[in-house]
Amino acid sequence: MTQTANPDAQSLAEWMRRLAEDQDRDAFAALFEYFAPRIKAYMMRSGSDDVSAEEFAQEAMLMVWRRAASFDPAQASVATWVFTIARNKRIDAFRRNNRPELDPDDPLLLPAAEPMQDDKLEEDQTADAIRTAMADLPAEQVRMLKMAFYEDKAHSEIAEETGLPLGTVKSRLRLAMGKLRTILGETEL
Amino acid sequence: MTAALTSGGAMRTVEPSHHLSDDMLLDYAAGSLDEATSLIVATHLTYCPSCRKRAAELDALGGTLLRDVAPVSLSKGSLESVLARLDQPAEPAPVHAALPANDNPLVPAVLRRYLGGDLDAVTWKNLGMGVQTSEIAMNVEGKRAFLLRVPAGKAVPHHTHDGNEFVLILRGAYNDEIGRFARGDLAISDGSIKHKPVAEPGEDCICLVVVDAPIRLTGPIGAILNLFVKV
Ligand SMILES: [Zn+2]
Repeated sequence: MTQTANPDAQSLAEWMRRLAEDQDRDAFAALFEYFAPRIKAYMMRSGSDDVSAEEFAQEAMLMVWRRAASFDPAQASVATWVFTIARNKRIDAFRRNNRPELDPDDPLLLPAAEPMQDDKLEEDQTADAIRTAMADLPAEQVRMLKMAFYEDKAHSEIAEETGLPLGTVKSRLRLAMGKLRTILGETEL
Repeated sequence: MTAALTSGGAMRTVEPSHHLSDDMLLDYAAGSLDEATSLIVATHLTYCPSCRKRAAELDALGGTLLRDVAPVSLSKGSLESVLARLDQPAEPAPVHAALPANDNPLVPAVLRRYLGGDLDAVTWKNLGMGVQTSEIAMNVEGKRAFLLRVPAGKAVPHHTHDGNEFVLILRGAYNDEIGRFARGDLAISDGSIKHKPVAEPGEDCICLVVVDAPIRLTGPIGAILNLFVKV
């Protein structure tokens, strides 16, 4: 059972705005109460013990505080942005290497042919679309996606754990991603 | 002699036609892709709006999964201890050597960071037949990243692979049994493919290559080149 109330995307976005614009500590506290226990869960699923998982969650939330000004609601939802911070924290903590990322100011960045749509889906709609797509997937594929995302498992490890051949794991993950893409494409993410 | 690099035409206006695989995108989004292959991904993403969209969708999946995960209670006083740290100075920013200002770069910034500058500052090692390489220093187990430069109009020796090979075109273009590969295009081959890329005339073909096993060159020239391409 979740102990924290589940705020809607609008509340998350509003807290994030107050954090970015006014360094509002109450807004930060609200975001912390919601996200920190989830980042901790994410870190534990990746193999951290309770104590280090909490430390990583705290450090990730400090990153949220420090980088709040760089959050761009036109680029990603709050949860997606926090996920990318937690993910990079995990890479940092577990792999001790860098995650090369494109430079958004790169003169070589090729813009999309059609301008980004202004009427982007609201966070809740995107999340709903993703949940709808996930609900349609066979349980096994959902489990594999979660193993890949949450448990830091290589495809070979997923194969080992599910007892399926590596090729089957890869093709089922591809199927799952194709299905997600179709649904997100239809809802014009 | 290899042709001098010119920045003219460095801007790509057409999207690549050979893209990242689902496997690569998923592992990149999940954060489990090794650094060398991630460099290929980030370089391709710079050139490819379609793959950026796919990557953004997977990040959104990550965000949704984060919202839906069963939370784990924090220890008492966790929030307070973080609140107390908010005013402490931030840890030093990641050690990105500042890139020299460059309005007309030859390759994407993410790659220039690894090269320590632009393509024209790279030190090349001759492999013979005009083919050159330059290692990219990276501490990644089981992977090797390097630049490969094939003179315009020349062929890369026949070779097969023990493992996967990722080739991202940075300059020029080449053709092989699979098709035409130009700037931003990614060629993925596994052990089953024996191919012979030929650089198009006009401009040297320069690629970013990541291999996860030694390349085995076939034929008499290959035997000599093999001496140089050991992992
Ligand atoms: Zn692409």
